[in-house]
Amino acid sequence: MACFTAPLVESVIVSAVTKAEEKKEMSGSNASTNGTGIKIPLSRRLKWLTNMLYGGSAILAFEHIWHGEIVPWFPFLTAMSNAKDTANMLNEIATVGVSMAGLITVVWLGVCAVATSIVNRPDNTETSKI
Amino acid sequence: MTLLITVFAAIIVSVKWYFREDDSHKLGILMFLYWGASLMWFVDAVFEYSELKAQYFTPPIEDMINDAFLGLSAVALGLIIWLVRLFILDPKGKIKQSLKNAK
Repeated sequence: MACFTAPLVESVIVSAVTKAEEKKEMSGSNASTNGTGIKIPLSRRLKWLTNMLYGGSAILAFEHIWHGEIVPWFPFLTAMSNAKDTANMLNEIATVGVSMAGLITVVWLGVCAVATSIVNRPDNTETSKI
Repeated sequence: MTLLITVFAAIIVSVKWYFREDDSHKLGILMFLYWGASLMWFVDAVFEYSELKAQYFTPPIEDMINDAFLGLSAVALGLIIWLVRLFILDPKGKIKQSLKNAK
């Protein structure tokens, strides 16, 4: 009904955080390396998350238009035409929508962990030749 | 069907992204877009499966065709979003160059 709104809200919040982080990094307060090794800038990692959230939300919004659940006139969501459908819609956002946002965030955390380990992995180009 | 089509699109773009020679095509945007949509449709599929159980895997042929059209349209929409962003970012400066030449 409107499950994509939960990831959409998250993407707007993450976009704001990304902008703030970019400003912080530009001012030089964020080092690209720490004691344990090379660190991928947080703003770059957050952009991966916003691309997934915005992209997924856009495509799912298209799906809702396809199924006639989003209309070009107020209140834009057909589920808001009566109280029962509105309650169902809010329930769907709270369950399916929040699960979507949660899964994308968990996958993103995994991608970040793998990316950090790849960046800090010793160069194996010489050993692969043996 | 929509999930399957989007997952295949995500895999193809990811392979293209991995073997890219430079970042000028901005394939990362398209890759994350398709993976985002795939993950969201996966959650949708899990919730639908919990309601329909085994019936989820035997949809009527009309629904399958409609879902296939939706999946392909979603892939096309993703490509349009990526293309518009690529033209706006203009990483190789080709659009700027052609606009200058038009004068």
